[in-house]
Amino acid sequence: MLLSKDPFNVIIGGVGGQGNVLASKILGEMLLARGYVITIGETYGASQRGGSVMSHLRVSAKGPFSPLIPEGKADLLIALEPAEGLRILDVYGYGGVMVLLNTRPIHSIDVISGDASYPELSWVIARIRELSRKMWAFNATEIALEMGNPLFSNIIMLGALSAIEVLPIDREIFEQVIKEILPSKMFEENMKAFDRGREAIREL
Amino acid sequence: MSSVAQNAPGKVVLLMGNEAIARGALEAGVKVCAAYPGNPSSEIIGTLAALAEEMGLHVEWSVNEKVALEVAAAASLAGLRGLCAMKQNGLNVASDFLLNLNLTGCGGGLVIVVADDPAGVSSSNEEDSRIFAKLGDLPLLEPGHFQEAKEMTRMAFDLSEQLELPVLVRSVTRVSHARGNVSLDELPRTHPKPKFETSRPRLALPAMANHRILHQKLRRAKEMFEESSFNSYQGPDQPELMIITSGSGYLYSLEAVDHLHLQERVGVLKIGTTWPLPEEFVLRSLKRSECFLFIEEVDPFLENNVKELFAQNCFDLGAKRFFGKAIGTLPDVGELNPEIVFSAIRALLSVEYQSRSEEYGERVHKAVKELGPARPLSFCPGCPHRATYWAIKTALAMDGREGFVLGDIGCYSLGMGPSGFGQMKTLHAMGSGTGLASGFGQLERFGLQQPVVAVCGDSTFYHAAMPALANAYYNGSNFLLLLLDNRATAMTGFQPHPGTGTKATGEEAPIIDMKAACEVFGAHVEVVDPFEVKRTAETILKLLEEKRGVRVLILRRECALLTGRRQERTFRIEVDPERCLGESCGCNRLCTRVFKCPGLVWDQVALKARVDEAICTACGVCADICPASAIRKEAV
Repeated sequence: MLLSKDPFNVIIGGVGGQGNVLASKILGEMLLARGYVITIGETYGASQRGGSVMSHLRVSAKGPFSPLIPEGKADLLIALEPAEGLRILDVYGYGGVMVLLNTRPIHSIDVISGDASYPELSWVIARIRELSRKMWAFNATEIALEMGNPLFSNIIMLGALSAIEVLPIDREIFEQVIKEILPSKMFEENMKAFDRGREAIREL
Repeated sequence: MSSVAQNAPGKVVLLMGNEAIARGALEAGVKVCAAYPGNPSSEIIGTLAALAEEMGLHVEWSVNEKVALEVAAAASLAGLRGLCAMKQNGLNVASDFLLNLNLTGCGGGLVIVVADDPAGVSSSNEEDSRIFAKLGDLPLLEPGHFQEAKEMTRMAFDLSEQLELPVLVRSVTRVSHARGNVSLDELPRTHPKPKFETSRPRLALPAMANHRILHQKLRRAKEMFEESSFNSYQGPDQPELMIITSGSGYLYSLEAVDHLHLQERVGVLKIGTTWPLPEEFVLRSLKRSECFLFIEEVDPFLENNVKELFAQNCFDLGAKRFFGKAIGTLPDVGELNPEIVFSAIRALLSVEYQSRSEEYGERVHKAVKELGPARPLSFCPGCPHRATYWAIKTALAMDGREGFVLGDIGCYSLGMGPSGFGQMKTLHAMGSGTGLASGFGQLERFGLQQPVVAVCGDSTFYHAAMPALANAYYNGSNFLLLLLDNRATAMTGFQPHPGTGTKATGEEAPIIDMKAACEVFGAHVEVVDPFEVKRTAETILKLLEEKRGVRVLILRRECALLTGRRQERTFRIEVDPERCLGESCGCNRLCTRVFKCPGLVWDQVALKARVDEAICTACGVCADICPASAIRKEAV
């Protein structure tokens, strides 16, 4: 599979603590193994704590690009949280953007305290659908909780990403990469999480 | 095996900028690496620590940046190669030693990597460290991308040895905390024998003679930089506009030229050896154009240096126009991004550009308005600091004398915001909370009636609070210091410190007991678990009202993320819907409206509190706070 654009710009976004950085690293490694030049910019440290986080991935056959994607130039958004997904589209979306969405909301402390409100979830999802060329949406956190740990949701999303066939990645390359970069004791469960993500797309 | 340690010349791997810097040091045969963690620099030494045994290195987390630089410099003075890494604030701490070390010079290659945090995303300040190169007459290199981060670090060791001077490598967030393809070179296996030459003492004095030698070395550096491959020009022979850029500005500049289709009109002059400027190279480049735009983070450092050089040579060069931060072409604070660079160029060349259709922009803005304000930062679910600040708030309210909290650097700095109930009232440098408390604690004689409280993290305590505490006892100050001991340097990635019993490499270390240390400094010390919220608040109140002098309360509870990594859960938490009376309770939704832990959400349909099982870490603090006992904490 060839890139539909060069550079192809991916944003993985969500809330601090959702495993954003690890997801971008695994995706970057998979695409590197496919021979591409990758540039990733990401959020770390205090800026992560409970706040919005984003990783920007530029995939190119040519060379490195700036670690931040220019506004209105995201080709694919992997949103780990719906409201964060919509916020990212506000800056980086355009008519051609595709969105892979985890539909499980995480309420900010402003929403919890009642100082702000979280709109009806179906409304948020409908807006994202309207603002994207194509959207795939499912509750990855629910599947992760079924598996016993909400932290699997980022791996489930990567499994889903491989199934929507937008980027040249598959199960085989995922297996190869996690064997290299993740602790082996979690191997089976990570593969299972990846497969659950693939299934979730097939069931849409 | 970590890709950083692979001896596979030619192999292309994906490395974070900080890992590329670590790899560059390994390819240069570094032997001693030391740092105090600080974002965005932390992963440099973190990466090397994990490889220390395999690669035969000494790698340490030092107690602060000055000591770290002294440790790395000792290696250099014994003929080995040493690396020291820090964030911008760290260089301020290390600068006293650095500005004497430049006079004595060094032996084995000594490289100081300083990673600046433009916009202060993970810092208390925004600062451009490059000024230290000028201040200390030291060579300065700035990598523009990942591959260069590795190459420059490796070359910096050679340069340091040739000049017998420490060399600064300056990175920024978007170099250090970005990832990209890096092609590896060979890893040498060197076994140099360290020896300190007693016949060559390293004395900063006589200062003036050494200052003169330093200037000679810097002139040599300038000559060497004239031929450096880190400086380059890409673009038309005589561009309408020449961008002069360094560091992170380089990729933004290339992207702008490409994106705005300006290859025929705009050239990019990249300077990698930023100080001393390669003057001949820059002067030759200045002849190509009449119009220049500087793209750099954070201050107009390159900009002012080039303009100074131009002023010296303006008679030969003729009239030129310079655009940059000095005259407001670009914002003079904050981080760069592609848009800032695009719009600066568009304004100068009158280029049309629209990032997306206006119609899309309008639709998405309208939708996002409904989402309300951006997500505020907060303590993680189960964070002991939330409980600590709750106890502080409770105790200060009960005390009623308008006591206030002097803050310090760490995750607990978020105590200034809603997550810490706005309790923290000052924020400056590492250890400054305790130092300020030492001063505020002297003001009673002038009529200050408010109780003085300082907070300080465990790692910060060893870094810079101990001298302040000694000062306080010696001079008879009067305050309460709260040591928030969460058993790690949590904000920067859980690095160990002298209180944890572990070294950077994971080896066992002796523990410097924080309580005993405080007692040596004359303090009355007590220890509590902040999760025992009521007891903690009562203890704070007691120490405020019943004791005088320097009092220390250690609030000891491991960081929730560390506990979470071991997947240990001691409780199961549930909200009993029968007992939670919601808005009609009279508690004013204490758990959600006031305590605000992200693990406890407000069910907008049932109008009651509910545990979010994807977030809750089951610390159980909320169960102690609910006045209706509606939150059940069951041991598992």
